[in-house]
Amino acid sequence: MSAITHEHEHDHDHDHKPTGIKRWLFTTNHKDIGTMYLVFALVMFFIGGSMAMVIRLELFQPGMQFVEPQFFNQMTTVHGLIMVFGAVMPAFTGLANWMIPMMIGAPDMALPRMNNWSFWILPFAFLILLLSLFMPGGGPDFGWTFYAPLSTTYSNDSTALFVFSVHIMGISSIMGAINVIVTIWNMRAPRMTWMKMPLFVWTWFITAFLLIMVMPVLAGAVTMVLTDKYFGTSFFDAAGGGDPVLFQHIFWFFGHPEVYIMILPAFGIVSAIIPTFARKPLFGYASMVYATASIAVLSFLVWAHHMFTTGMPVFATLFFMYCTMLIAVPTGVKVFNWVATMWRGAMTFEVPMMFALAFIVLFTIGGFSGLMLAITPADFQYHDTYFVVAHFHYVLVSGAVFSIIAAAYYWLPKWTGYMYDERLGQLHFWCSLISVNLLFFPMHFVGLAGMPRRIPDYALQFADFNAFISVGGFLFGLSQLIFVWVIVKCARGGEKATAQVWEGAEGLEWQVPSPAPYHTFDTPPEVK
Amino acid sequence: MQLHRTLVSKLLLVTVLMFGFGFALVPLYDVFCEVTGINGKTSNVPATVLADGIDTSREVTIEFLARPNKDMPWIFKPEIRRLTVHPGEVHVMNYLAENPTGRMIVGQAVPSVSPGQAALYLHKIECFCFTQQQLAAGNKMLMPVQFYVDPALPAQFSTITLNYTLYDVTANWQGSAATENLGE
Ligand code: HEM
Ligand SMILES: [Cu+2]
Repeated sequence: MSAITHEHEHDHDHDHKPTGIKRWLFTTNHKDIGTMYLVFALVMFFIGGSMAMVIRLELFQPGMQFVEPQFFNQMTTVHGLIMVFGAVMPAFTGLANWMIPMMIGAPDMALPRMNNWSFWILPFAFLILLLSLFMPGGGPDFGWTFYAPLSTTYSNDSTALFVFSVHIMGISSIMGAINVIVTIWNMRAPRMTWMKMPLFVWTWFITAFLLIMVMPVLAGAVTMVLTDKYFGTSFFDAAGGGDPVLFQHIFWFFGHPEVYIMILPAFGIVSAIIPTFARKPLFGYASMVYATASIAVLSFLVWAHHMFTTGMPVFATLFFMYCTMLIAVPTGVKVFNWVATMWRGAMTFEVPMMFALAFIVLFTIGGFSGLMLAITPADFQYHDTYFVVAHFHYVLVSGAVFSIIAAAYYWLPKWTGYMYDERLGQLHFWCSLISVNLLFFPMHFVGLAGMPRRIPDYALQFADFNAFISVGGFLFGLSQLIFVWVIVKCARGGEKATAQVWEGAEGLEWQVPSPAPYHTFDTPPEVK
Repeated sequence: MQLHRTLVSKLLLVTVLMFGFGFALVPLYDVFCEVTGINGKTSNVPATVLADGIDTSREVTIEFLARPNKDMPWIFKPEIRRLTVHPGEVHVMNYLAENPTGRMIVGQAVPSVSPGQAALYLHKIECFCFTQQQLAAGNKMLMPVQFYVDPALPAQFSTITLNYTLYDVTANWQGSAATENLGE
């Protein structure tokens, strides 16, 4: 019934919604754009994932089996770039598009046409990046961190395409971030004060500031790589008075805030899900906001913890070591707040809650390995080993990616109007949970024992562990097919979802019907 | 709409400034390293003042290293491996360079001192690294460096290693703009 009234409504106040491909090409609707971002991220997740499968296949046994070393390096490089810029970041942007206007009671994003642009340039960026793999000499093979001189003196001509595609990704992220800030700043419903905003909105607001501060620095770094390689400058070339270590400073000045760009929205998601399924308000709301803000500020002061082995003077390593450890404090505040929220709550364990719980435990493990890496003398041993790989996959896969999956399950009924298949979802959860640990936990051990990262072969004593890790990897990859199945099934139909969907859910997005109508909050809602 | 426009322009300004900041890091980094001397770069301008006096109460060993970069075909080595000096004494040391190829090559030496913090106390009055060096096919030459150790050198440094990496810069030579950058 409500669907009919609505169709009627926008025949009145909006000209018409084009159908077919044109609807998606020209749409300025935040929900359409959010959906496109999410679908795009999912596709990229599988493309990047298949590259990971190539990596694990090669590492299944010692010795060279399937691919050439140079191709192996291209796989690690492009896998990293795609997962960071193509999967995790667009997925968060998609969630922001869908949810932020609904959470703050706004009719749409503030700059809808720019929103369309920021999405539609993305597929081209990744098309360019992927096509560069087919160039003579191959695609980028210098790691997602593209350290000079690997990316300058020793890289092949696909580097120009790499630089171009990173520029486009950066422009897209910056436009998206500006849109988020303007929307939150100017379009909150009356009486939706700052300290009433849901934490997902808060964390995205802060993330958007991080984005506009560091994406331009990344753009600068790739530009310098480009001019060093093709136009005779010497930013990073010692022969011309430059310094390759400078590259690392510029890159990590971007790079460390970037890792927080990939985790702050996850904190927001978990802070939305835990209270719903614990049926208690979030513990320590204000401290969560302040913790997020202080993490963001501190994230600018720790970049050189990626560079302990470059021969920095002792006082500098000490400074970066202590600042890095300091970040663990606000992060710990968050973990304690989530636990306190659950304390004596009436908990139920639907799939979003399961992923959120797994997030808390596994992300914390990643935080602990981060603390170990932050200890300068210890990092001399761990740096560039599989221990680092284990660390950042715990925070990024069982952290950021799990939070995105949790968010998808949590809001799918709101998006499609149907409940997802709970049994399949639980199957997806348990398969993912077990395989992700089979995949990443043993990496700690091989890393501590000295297995270097980004190398296609390894010493014989690592063989058993690596076979084990590879099996975990294949299982994790397969488990994600269940996810696709659940999504497709849920989009096609199922049990009808109510407006509130979850018994304990609170917030404006749960006051509109499910599926959320094409236009919501054309008149601002009443905020209590 | 007007509300949006002012905010958007402010945010765009931040973006542009941060893009500029990325590039500003380049000179900032150089200045920072020069002031603190933490990355072992010695000054690329000749020292003009000499030490007030010679500190005969202690000795410092200077070790000399030389390394032609990967694609640099010159034979390049120090005349002696190490020298023991008193802080404040001026010494001249020669590096030998030979171009064994059949073509003219221009070289640029880039110095590096370790421990890095000692770089601030190694003063060069004259150095072949201040300018580019040319060698015709088959020629040899002696390249001098004239230096003294600052008597203010903290006591913990008893050995200083001075290393030169020699780069082939023939390609960028020929009066190209990049030459001005050289000679760090
Ligand atoms: C308590 C918090 C954390 C601490 C103390 C920490 C510390 C560190 C340190 C010291 C390294 C450098 C290791 C090395 O290269 O030797 C590192 C690497 C890394 N961290 Fe963290 N980290 C923390 C949280 C995170 C989070 C939340 C993320 C992302 C969501 C993250 C992502 C990464 C990535 C991607 C790398 C590797 C970059 C590369 O070299 O490719 N970390 N971390
Ligand atoms: Cu970091």
